[in-house]
Amino acid sequence: MIKSFKKRIGALVTVGPTVLWLGFFLMIPLIYVIGISFLTKNAYGGVDFIFTLDNYKALFSNEYVKVFADSLWLSLETTVICLIVGYPFAYIIANAPKKWKPALVMLLMLPFWTNSLIRTYGWNTLLRTEGVINHFLQWIGIIDKPLNMLYTDGAVLLGMVYALLPFTVLPLHTSIEKLDHSLLEAASDLGASKVHTFTRVILPLTMPGIFAGSIQTFIPSLGFFFISDMMGGAKTMYIGNLIKNQFLSARNWPLGAVLSIVLIIITLIIMKLYTRVGSLEDMA
Amino acid sequence: MKKRKVREFKPGSVFYACLVYLFLYLPIFVVIVFSFNTSEMNITFQGFTVEWYGRMLENRQLMQSFFNTVIVAFWSTIISVVIGTLCALGLYKFEFKLKNLISSSLYIPIVIPELVFAIALLIFFSSIHVNMNMVTLIIAHVTFSMPFVVITVRARLAGFDKSIEEAARDLGANELHTFFRVTLPMISPGVISGGMLALTMSLDDVVVSFFTAGPESQTLPLKILGMVRKGVSPDVNALSTLMILGTIVILLTATLIQGKLEKKM
Repeated sequence: MIKSFKKRIGALVTVGPTVLWLGFFLMIPLIYVIGISFLTKNAYGGVDFIFTLDNYKALFSNEYVKVFADSLWLSLETTVICLIVGYPFAYIIANAPKKWKPALVMLLMLPFWTNSLIRTYGWNTLLRTEGVINHFLQWIGIIDKPLNMLYTDGAVLLGMVYALLPFTVLPLHTSIEKLDHSLLEAASDLGASKVHTFTRVILPLTMPGIFAGSIQTFIPSLGFFFISDMMGGAKTMYIGNLIKNQFLSARNWPLGAVLSIVLIIITLIIMKLYTRVGSLEDMA
Repeated sequence: MKKRKVREFKPGSVFYACLVYLFLYLPIFVVIVFSFNTSEMNITFQGFTVEWYGRMLENRQLMQSFFNTVIVAFWSTIISVVIGTLCALGLYKFEFKLKNLISSSLYIPIVIPELVFAIALLIFFSSIHVNMNMVTLIIAHVTFSMPFVVITVRARLAGFDKSIEEAARDLGANELHTFFRVTLPMISPGVISGGMLALTMSLDDVVVSFFTAGPESQTLPLKILGMVRKGVSPDVNALSTLMILGTIVILLTATLIQGKLEKKM
């Protein structure tokens, strides 16, 4: 009797603070988002307590469908490029001589540790019309007029790939490192070519890393509004910027809430697909 | 029979890895190099100076944003480590109702896009008429970093030998004593990596801070974001350089300490 009481107190004291914290600052705010998505915005940028479904109907306008399509496409491009660039890179690090490996992993972590906005700002300096790269190219005589690199869709893609590459490489590295090398030897002993060994043995065995890396790249990329703010032109609008605008300039909170709910639904669908093939533990 | 036990670098691999590392480090080098540039334009390197570091110290708003970043990172790390470690211990030690629900809901802040979570907090705080300030910023940072602490510490506890705790208790140590002398030292590498994660996430954050910081509690990244379109003054390069180097030194130290603790086990 006393023991079970003590255990209950123990559980309450240890797990309680986390439950309270996440309840107050995560669950309740998310419920607020759902609530406000059914309310009407008023002329002063505030919200009136009048139930409506108009905010949801607005989603199906061509303008917003295009924003979603453009954003999903950008995130997909980002993820695919990160995988293509990141996989060989992760493979090289994972198979590097033992002596070098800790240093190489450390070198990969260092940029990860510095603020992503400061690093994006570094790219901004590099790509400007009067920037380092243009100046350099003109100086060595490859071009006579500066190239228009910054404030383009390409610059946004570069910024996204740059910011998210470590997120792809780390899970890939973990799963490539776990590869049992005797299997590779077995494959080559049995006469498999290098390409065959890769497509039939290495790739299937490192799938958990590929899935985890893709998820960790794709989902955050949907919300990185500051990269398109710093690198992109005004031409293409992405979901992150659209949501941000609803809360800052347009002051249409209900619409912003609806857009966020769509973002959550997209995430949930992706996670649902993911948990069919991988486990959450691979991600942490 | 060909057998290669000693792995060696292949030139092609070295070249590729160097290219990717160059890509990762290029923008960081640019910021550092231009912080020592005599020219105010970030185009070519004209000459070496430390003038901007002096200017930086005189720029009050800029320094304020830097201190805000540090204060928020410090407190959010402390709070997430304490609450998160407690939670991990509780989930490990006790069996109770809703345990599975609680452990899986820890993945919610990890999985949902930061942007959604940020505007959820914005809506919540403004609905209850709380103005954004340092406290709201710290609360927001704790919320997204704490689950990572719980998961890291839990992973450490999973490989933990319960009999050692029992032995301590059999030898007459009370609960508190057992905790501080046995349990805590055993899980400390996990606590440190959890803390490092929380610290980096706080220092790296832009999206959540953007919505949960008030005008007085702008962090350095937010300050830079506001300046980029209008043009950034070189003292920002200086301060960014300090922040880059500062973070690296702190985290390298933490990694070293963690390695030492790991070896002791």
